[in-house]
Amino acid sequence: MPYRSFILRKFFTLVLTLFIITLVNFVLFRLLPGDPIMLLFRDPRLTPEQIDYLYHKFGLDKPLWEQFFIYLWNLLRGEWGISFAYKKPIMEILIPRITNSLILVIPATVLSILLGVVTGVVAAWKRGGLTDALVSFVSLGLYSLPTFWLGGIFIFLSINYWRLPVGGMLNYGVDHSNPLAYLGDLFTHITLPLATLTLVSYGSFTLTVRGALLDVLSEDYIRTAVAKGLSSWRVLSRHALPNAMLPTVSLTAVSLGTAVTGSVLTETVFNWPGVGRLIFDAISNRDYPLLQAGFLVITISVLLANFLADIVYGLLDPRVKYR
Amino acid sequence: MKAGVVVGGLRSALNAVVSNRKSRVGLAVILAYVALAILAPFISPYSPYETDINSILQPPSPQHLFGTDDAGRDLFTENMYAISTSLIVGLFATLVTILVGTVVGLVSGYYSGVVDEVLMRVTDFLLIVPPVMLMIVVGSLLGSSLLNIILVIGLLNWSPIARVIRSMVLTVKEWPFVEASRSMGAGDRLIMFKHIFPIVAPVVFANSMLSVANAIFSHAALVFLGVGNINDISWGTILHFAYTSGSFTAGYWWYFTPPGLMLLGLVLGFMLLGVGLEEVYNPKLRSSISV
Repeated sequence: MPYRSFILRKFFTLVLTLFIITLVNFVLFRLLPGDPIMLLFRDPRLTPEQIDYLYHKFGLDKPLWEQFFIYLWNLLRGEWGISFAYKKPIMEILIPRITNSLILVIPATVLSILLGVVTGVVAAWKRGGLTDALVSFVSLGLYSLPTFWLGGIFIFLSINYWRLPVGGMLNYGVDHSNPLAYLGDLFTHITLPLATLTLVSYGSFTLTVRGALLDVLSEDYIRTAVAKGLSSWRVLSRHALPNAMLPTVSLTAVSLGTAVTGSVLTETVFNWPGVGRLIFDAISNRDYPLLQAGFLVITISVLLANFLADIVYGLLDPRVKYR
Repeated sequence: MKAGVVVGGLRSALNAVVSNRKSRVGLAVILAYVALAILAPFISPYSPYETDINSILQPPSPQHLFGTDDAGRDLFTENMYAISTSLIVGLFATLVTILVGTVVGLVSGYYSGVVDEVLMRVTDFLLIVPPVMLMIVVGSLLGSSLLNIILVIGLLNWSPIARVIRSMVLTVKEWPFVEASRSMGAGDRLIMFKHIFPIVAPVVFANSMLSVANAIFSHAALVFLGVGNINDISWGTILHFAYTSGSFTAGYWWYFTPPGLMLLGLVLGFMLLGVGLEEVYNPKLRSSISV
């Protein structure tokens, strides 16, 4: 049962990391300058008695460790606190935002990984040639491209030439009862943010795949495979690619963190109503509970994606699977 | 003796840079930026803070080469002064990154056991948690001085360097000369910094150039999002105001095009330098190997 114990170990790490991140999240926001009650009510007329009452009501007079376990318990129950700016429970705000983010991030990630694998393989196989130089340069350029600037350029081009919607997710005040019309509307709105996010992540995935494959291609068994007269395609598909898969999967998991940053910037520029845009608004409004929640949601999703990558890794690696 | 070591190190680093085409191009780009940053006060006729409400959002003209922004500031001046902000952030944040990353990597690779386990858990944690997200939270809580932003970026980016160094140290510490040195009574610290560090130093150098690119990029993203001091002259600031004043939709192309291109160029310069150096120091990545 080595695979099961591998997954169990990864699961244990996941739970531990989640615990640490909630602890960090808790501690960071306790270091805040200012008084939480004053930040929430923003009313100078509160009397000391009222402030004491509110302190007691929110449990702020309890010892810190007890506050932390109350916080943890509340997180698990879905009680994520109240937004300073919206004065609403955070969960109510957060849930639709998470869905909207996933609608954008999942297709963008899948697309950029697929494209990245294709061009990365081509570049590594033709290494040293013009194709490789071109692919490497373009990928480096895309990787260095400021996401928010690329988005802005797309907005500028679209307003002047392309006539695609440049903000939001759907047109307001339009009847969306027809599912096809709804999808069409969504599709025109998602085009530009999707293109932005795919392009900026695509560069790093290409470089990752190229690097992993180049590493494998310098191994002796590849030389042997070529020497015994196998066709290029056979060397690539049977000897090189399977071995390049493992580093690709683990490096892809690491670059997911970068993809998440890209999504925050993309959502901000295109006013996409997801978690990233929520974080931008929370920064501008000094809405700390919302910022805290947005940070937690994004971190948890990156952790889960990494866990998923570990599962795939375990399935791909015969050393884990068959031992 | 000490100076000789430094000069020797610099010379071999320079040889490495010059031997690869990518790193040569990268270095040339960076030097061009440095020159512009030094010349900024002499070639720009205005002050970067000087506003002129009689000439706001002017397109490029002989008086204002890059036009003016929504407060009537000269955009050419702003873009030129922004170079030094980015360079300062990139270099100082990377200094912090290298310091922490090298020490963690050396210590964790050299002493196995509990120390290694604890340090690697912290490294993994920072590797897995999206750094810019953590920077946003810490940055918006700590306050927005340039020093804070440099520290936040530097202290959250060291995990890749620590990982690379640790894996190298694991091999190097088994080499006979380390054994020999230890048998002659050398202490742990001497072995780590005198014997092992010089061997891993080239890799630290290559990685640190990538880390500069990363820091400059992160700083611009943070400032754009409103974390950080928007009174510092930087490309992130210009783009932040270009965005909030609606210049993308209004079509003031001279407002948002130069800062993006200049940011792209500088980040790309450091990326090319770093990637080129990686190819020099890791022969497996060299594209000239034939099968």
